[in-house]
Amino acid sequence: MKKCIITVVGKDSVGIIAKVCTYLAETNINILNISQTIVDGYFNMMAVADVENSKKELDIVAVELRDIGLQIGVNIHCQREEIFEKMHRL
Amino acid sequence: MINFYEVVETNQMIEEENLDVRTITLGISLMDCIDSDLDRLNEKIYKKITTLAKDLVSTGEKIESEFGIPIVNKRISITPVALVGGSACKKPEDFVTIAETLDKAAKEVRVNFIGGYSAIVSKGMTKSDELLIRSIPMAMAKTERVCSSVNVGSTKTGIDMDAVRLCGEIVKETAEMTKDKDSIGCAKFVVLCNAPDDNPFMAGAFLGVTEGDAVINVGVSGPGVVKRAIEKCRGKGFQELCDTIKKTAFKVTRVGQLVAGEASKRLGIPFGIIDLSLAPTPAVGDSVAEILEEIGLERVGAPGTTAALAMLNDQVKKGGVMASSYVGGLSGAFIPVSEDQGMIDAVNAGSLCIEKLEAMTCVCSVGLDMIAIPGKTKATTISGIIADEMAIGMVNQKTTAVRVIPVVGKDVGDMAEFGGLLGYAPIMPVNEFDCSAFVNRKGRIPAPIHSFKN
Repeated sequence: MKKCIITVVGKDSVGIIAKVCTYLAETNINILNISQTIVDGYFNMMAVADVENSKKELDIVAVELRDIGLQIGVNIHCQREEIFEKMHRL
Repeated sequence: MINFYEVVETNQMIEEENLDVRTITLGISLMDCIDSDLDRLNEKIYKKITTLAKDLVSTGEKIESEFGIPIVNKRISITPVALVGGSACKKPEDFVTIAETLDKAAKEVRVNFIGGYSAIVSKGMTKSDELLIRSIPMAMAKTERVCSSVNVGSTKTGIDMDAVRLCGEIVKETAEMTKDKDSIGCAKFVVLCNAPDDNPFMAGAFLGVTEGDAVINVGVSGPGVVKRAIEKCRGKGFQELCDTIKKTAFKVTRVGQLVAGEASKRLGIPFGIIDLSLAPTPAVGDSVAEILEEIGLERVGAPGTTAALAMLNDQVKKGGVMASSYVGGLSGAFIPVSEDQGMIDAVNAGSLCIEKLEAMTCVCSVGLDMIAIPGKTKATTISGIIADEMAIGMVNQKTTAVRVIPVVGKDVGDMAEFGGLLGYAPIMPVNEFDCSAFVNRKGRIPAPIHSFKN
């Protein structure tokens, strides 16, 4: 399975998760795990997603998610899981 | 399972602390392009580079966006051109046509530098080595992306002082020919001792004859990440400080290894080495000098600088070496002046001089790098500076290098502007006492006694 980590950080507002999840569903990306907290009005979300059957190439997904983030005023990153695995696990 | 804090830590390193992969360098052997006809040679070189490196930049960009890690440079290193052009080039101008071909190929495949306009003359120069060296000023003036290097010594062979003398003149000529751009040609030319065959960093990158047909070498960096990590060690002992540097170097190198593996897989070209270096850029927060200051120096150049740098260099290697199966290249801390804001500040504050930088090169990974000196500096003085630095490399069995820029028309107190990653630099004073009688002696300095290990 090819996994991605999607992070959303920014000022909280209505419908952030909805926007992100709608895009993921349309692109056929399955969310495996999702967690979200709000610290001092700041929205923090992390999702682990299965991108094996994604309709689009991953670099395109990363750019499109970033653009969705720009529209709603949050930072969205979508990165392959390996970069975190390699850095933090032996 | 990766947790939120680990993800945040990685992304903070990338976004706030300038963590990046500094370069993916594709090494290409040009041995099979050798031809006695100059036009055919140029044609074969162009074709081989543009074929093998066709997808280098686009693959790098794809990896960048998939993993969310910037890959600052995509570059090419090639077989030393003195070897490749030997049978076709009869005069320096012939070699310049190869430089122009390399420049054209680099632009075609969108790499920002191509290294290997080089000669390896540690013990002596062949006719073609000498022709290539003499063509360097013109090649540097006529091309934009070609980097040149000459290896004039090694621990095993000693120092070729005839080449050292010639290189002093070449530096001066290169400066003169590019004087309208603050003698920028000299920023693309480096003189080395013990040059590694697999260095991915410019200007000294070339693909040695010990290498295969094509290879991917990756240079990692991250001075900003180390600086931020050791901020938490203020007032703590050396053990904690060293542990922190090692852990950080490990993390940085693992990212480099991941990128190298992906690039190698996607391009179908074998992975060579990771060069685990702290390579600064002129950006604030991307400075080796700032690390040394964080360790406890008011300014780089203060007493203690060499010891702090020795420790930093060693910890970077110890931490990084476990993160990669193959480590090579230069590996260690780079201390260029113009490419490091902290170094520039230290020079301006009067804390850092060339002699201190020379001492620092005994314990770090390279040498006197990107140092602007007065344009009036004599060729023999530059050869003397080169000889000193080569001696440090030869005796200490390490790579050393000299990349000085005698900026034509400028003197101490002026500033040289190179632009982009090459940065800017205050002109530093040079000891003006004469060394020409030494430099003008013919022949070579013998290899040191400890090189006889057989």
